[in-house]
Amino acid sequence: MNPALNPNKKRLRRSMMFLNAQKPGLIKDPYVYGPDSIMLDLEDAVAMKEKDAARYSLFHALREINYRGVERVVRINGLDSDMWEEDIRCSVAGGCDSIRIPKTETAEDVKRVEAVVEASELQYGREPGSVLIMAALESAKGVLNALEICEASPRLFGIALSGGDYTKDLQTVITGTGVELMGARQHMIIAARAAGVQCFDTVWTNLNDMEGFRKDVETIKAMGFDGKSIINPRQIPIVHDIYTPTQKEIIFAEKVVKEIDEKSAQGIGVFTVDGKMIDIAFYDGAKRTLMLAKAAGKYKGNL
Amino acid sequence: MEILKPAVAGTLESSDCMVTVEPGAGQIDLDLTSSVIRQFGPQIRKVIAETLDRLEVTDARVTVVDKGALDCTIKARVEAAVFRSNGIKQNIPWGGAIK
Repeated sequence: MNPALNPNKKRLRRSMMFLNAQKPGLIKDPYVYGPDSIMLDLEDAVAMKEKDAARYSLFHALREINYRGVERVVRINGLDSDMWEEDIRCSVAGGCDSIRIPKTETAEDVKRVEAVVEASELQYGREPGSVLIMAALESAKGVLNALEICEASPRLFGIALSGGDYTKDLQTVITGTGVELMGARQHMIIAARAAGVQCFDTVWTNLNDMEGFRKDVETIKAMGFDGKSIINPRQIPIVHDIYTPTQKEIIFAEKVVKEIDEKSAQGIGVFTVDGKMIDIAFYDGAKRTLMLAKAAGKYKGNL
Repeated sequence: MEILKPAVAGTLESSDCMVTVEPGAGQIDLDLTSSVIRQFGPQIRKVIAETLDRLEVTDARVTVVDKGALDCTIKARVEAAVFRSNGIKQNIPWGGAIK
């Protein structure tokens, strides 16, 4: 399979939940909370002396637990460690869907991971091109290199901001207002769209401030982000709620898709729907609205 | 594999198990404690025996304290303990002896 054509590249990823791969109680049934993706963590959540044990736990969970369609991403250890290659071999052999690279700073970082993923697919009999990659940007350098990172590999489906390390690098802290993340967020979403990949926001760690969390998600949704990294199941319904289109948006999107299909068959390029000028440029957006509506159970049509 | 030195893996948290392996006396001696031993004792013993068999461990004292772990967790902890007893952390036979 050409990884660029892997249908999972564009799948819905509103909520991506971190889980410690070393904790059996966490990884046995996270699908009950309904996240779009889980990110099984071999990096920061796992203590240094448990790094080896976490891999066996991850491998068997990937092989034996039915995650019911939830995407299984593995966050590997950093490329400055001596663990990341074994992490990839274990993950690919286990059957993961994607690899998340922490602390990505250059296109070269993505290419190093890509090479090991490719070799592991061959070694463990996975379909070539089936394992995707995402890159976490956690430093000023990484954020500035967002575009070259997005374009580094046809396997790369998206980039994610990691706000904790990034704000340390900026010599500031997470304030809850988002002011310290503004530049990175804006730059990353532009880079991701320029490269045609997805873009995900950082975690919100204050579980006592759910109102602040809601505002944060509304902000990144308005900026164009595809979804948010999650640290607690309680955050999932809020994200999904904000990413659910209104009934009005769904009806309009359905009309747009139908009309564009019909009109383009008749050779008509520009026309109006409910008084609004519509052309082919609206097609992908309308399709995405319907996909989000379907995921939320709000649209049962077949478009 | 030979059990070269005592090694432990896992925790006593719910859904986990703690596995200790030590050099044996010529065969496998298993000491199993489990919160669900009446219901799942035979199945847990079977998973442990099969895992040791795949790793070609024939001589070991194995102590398992189970807190309601799934089969996949029991396998993972036995494997981690055995590889630790050999000091091996890289080039693990994923999909081979580990499956």
